[in-house]
Amino acid sequence: MHRKLRIKIFEKASLCRHFETNAYKFSEKKLIKIPIYLSAGQEFISASLATIINDFCKVKPLIFAQHRCHSTYLSFGGEMDNLIAELLGNYKLSNTGCMGGSASIYSKKINMFGHDGHMGTQVPIGIGACFTSKKPTIIFMGDAAAEEDYVLGALGWAATKKLPILFIVEDNNLSILTEKKVRRNWDMHDVARSFKMKGYNLKDSPNEIEKYKKFFFKEPMLLNINTNRMFWHAGAGKDSDKIFDRYLIEKKILGKEAEKIDKKFNSMIKKKWEKHLKKQ
Amino acid sequence: MGKTLKETIKEIIRKHLKNKKGKVFGQCLTAVGWVGGTLPELYEKDGMIELSMADVAGGGIVTGSALMNEKPIYVIRYQGFNWYNAPMIVNYAAKSKEIWNTPCPVFVRGIGMEGGIGPVAGSSHHSLYYRMPGLKIVSPMTPKEYKKIYNSFMKDDEVYYVSEHRGSFNNKIELKDDIKGKKDFVIIAISITRFEAIKAKEILEKKGLRIGIINILWIKPLKISKASIRCITNSKFGAIILDDDYVDGISNSIANKLTHMTNKKIFTLGLSDKSAGFHKKVDNLPPNSDQIVKKIISLTKN
Ligand SMILES: Cc1ncc(C[n+]2csc(CCOP(=O)(O)OP(=O)(O)O)c2C)c(N)n1
Ligand SMILES: [Mg+2]
Repeated sequence: MHRKLRIKIFEKASLCRHFETNAYKFSEKKLIKIPIYLSAGQEFISASLATIINDFCKVKPLIFAQHRCHSTYLSFGGEMDNLIAELLGNYKLSNTGCMGGSASIYSKKINMFGHDGHMGTQVPIGIGACFTSKKPTIIFMGDAAAEEDYVLGALGWAATKKLPILFIVEDNNLSILTEKKVRRNWDMHDVARSFKMKGYNLKDSPNEIEKYKKFFFKEPMLLNINTNRMFWHAGAGKDSDKIFDRYLIEKKILGKEAEKIDKKFNSMIKKKWEKHLKKQ
Repeated sequence: MGKTLKETIKEIIRKHLKNKKGKVFGQCLTAVGWVGGTLPELYEKDGMIELSMADVAGGGIVTGSALMNEKPIYVIRYQGFNWYNAPMIVNYAAKSKEIWNTPCPVFVRGIGMEGGIGPVAGSSHHSLYYRMPGLKIVSPMTPKEYKKIYNSFMKDDEVYYVSEHRGSFNNKIELKDDIKGKKDFVIIAISITRFEAIKAKEILEKKGLRIGIINILWIKPLKISKASIRCITNSKFGAIILDDDYVDGISNSIANKLTHMTNKKIFTLGLSDKSAGFHKKVDNLPPNSDQIVKKIISLTKN
C-alpha cells in the first residue's frame, strides 16, 4: 500500500480514536449521561473505507451504519461538533435534537441515514434505498446483526437485483459478550457467496481492505472484516486489557509521522470536547 | 355506471407507476388475479417490484425506498401478514421524520378478508399499527374515499396504513352518514362492517328504532364531525362501534374517547376473542347484520 494513503487512513483513524477515548473519559465521569457505543479498536475499517472510497472510487455513497457508528460518521466527514453535542445532550446543536443518542447518528451532509436501534434493520432499509436511488451504497453491520433473519433475506434480494452495495460486517466476534462460536457454525463470507455475491473474510488492516477496492460498488459484495472492540458493549469500561490494537500496530509501522499525527489529534480533540463541556 | 373500488385502485396504481414513475412493492403481485384485480398488468420495468418471501426484510426494503422520497406503495395481500411486514414500517418509516427530520412516506395497502381462511391470515389487523406514533390509519370502502386518501398521501409526508377489505372491491356506491334528527342509537362503523351496518339499520328501523350511522374513514387521527358527535350526545341510548378487528384495540380506544366527548355509553362489537378456524362452525367473522341487530336490541331494551 502506498505510504501516503496509509498515512491518510491513519489520520482518520487517529481522529476517531481520540474522539472515542474522550467520549470514554466523559462517560466514565458521568458527564455523558446516555448509553454510548464506542467504536475504538474498530476505527480502521471506516477510516480505510472512507479514504479509499473518496480517493479511488470518487463517489459519495449512501451510508447505513449500526449502533456502534461514531467512527463511520467521523471517517466519512460528519461534523464532530454535532456528535459531541448529541452525546452531551445539547439538543440545539445535535443533528437529531438529541432523539437519536449515540446509536442513531445521522447526517444529511454525508448521506448517512440514522439507525433505529433494532440491530440489522439498516441492511434491508439500505438495500431499499439503493434499489430505488441506484446510488452506490455502503451498509455496515455487526457480526451478530448479520444473523438476523431479515438481514439474510435482504442480502439474498440485493444479490438477485445485483445492486451496487458494499456490505461490511464489522466482526468483533461478539454479540454483547457472547462469542460467535457459541452462536453459529457458519461464516458470513460463505453466506454471501452462496447468495452468488462476492464474499471475503479479512483483517481490519488498511492494506488488506485496499485489495478489494476494484470491486467496490460494481456489484454487491460482502467483506467480513475481523476486528476488536476496545471497550465494553455500552458505556465506559474494558472487557480485557489483552486486546489486539490495530491503532498501535499502524502507529508503529508508520513511525514518527504517525506519532506526530497522534499528538496533534490528541490535543485538538481534547480541546474540542473541553470547549463543549464549558458550555454545559 | 361508475367504477368499482377495485377498478379505481387499479387506475390509481397505473397512474402512480406510469405518470408519477413510482413503485409498487409486494409478493406475488404479477400473478393470476393481480391482487383481486386491483393491480394493472405491469411488471418490474414499469415499477411493479416483486419482493422475495422474506416478509420482514420486505418491509425494510420498502422503508428504504421511501427514504429516497419515492412514495412507494406496499401491498400486503392479507392483513395477518402484517405481524411480519410491519416491524420496520412502524419502527423506522414512522419514526424517521421525528428523529432525523427525514420523511419516509409509505402507502401500505393492507388487505383484509375472512371466511374459511383459518387462524392467522384473515380479518383486519389495523389495531396492530394503532398504538404506534408517526403514522396515519384509514379504511376506505368506496371509490371516492380511496381517491381522496391517495391524493392526501401524495401531498403528505407521512406513513399511511390503508386498511382495505376484499369484500368492498366490487362496491361502486358511496356510503353516507345518517345523523339527521334525534336518534335512539348510533352505529359507528369501520371497514367492511359498514355494509352490514346499513342492513342492520333497515331492520331496526322497521322495528321502530331510529338509527344513526357514522362511517369512519380516518381512524388515526380520528376524524369525526362535530355534527356526528352531537348526534351521539343527543341520542337516547348511545352508540356502538363496529370493527373487523378484535375490539381490544381501535374500537375500545375510540369508544373510550367518544365516551368522554359525548357523556354517552359507547359499546363495541368486532371479532370474538378467539382464533378463527377453517370450518364455518369455528370461524371468526366480523359482526353481520343479525348480530348487530341483536346486540342493539339488547342495549336499547330499557
Ligand atoms: C432486533 C434487536 N435484537 C436484539 C437487540 C439487543 N442487542 C443490542 S446490541 C446487540 C449485539 C450486537 O452485536 P453486533 O451486531 O455484533 O454489533 P457490536 O455490538 O458487536 O458492534 C444485541 C443483541 C437489538 N438491539 N435489536
Ligand atoms: Mg459484534
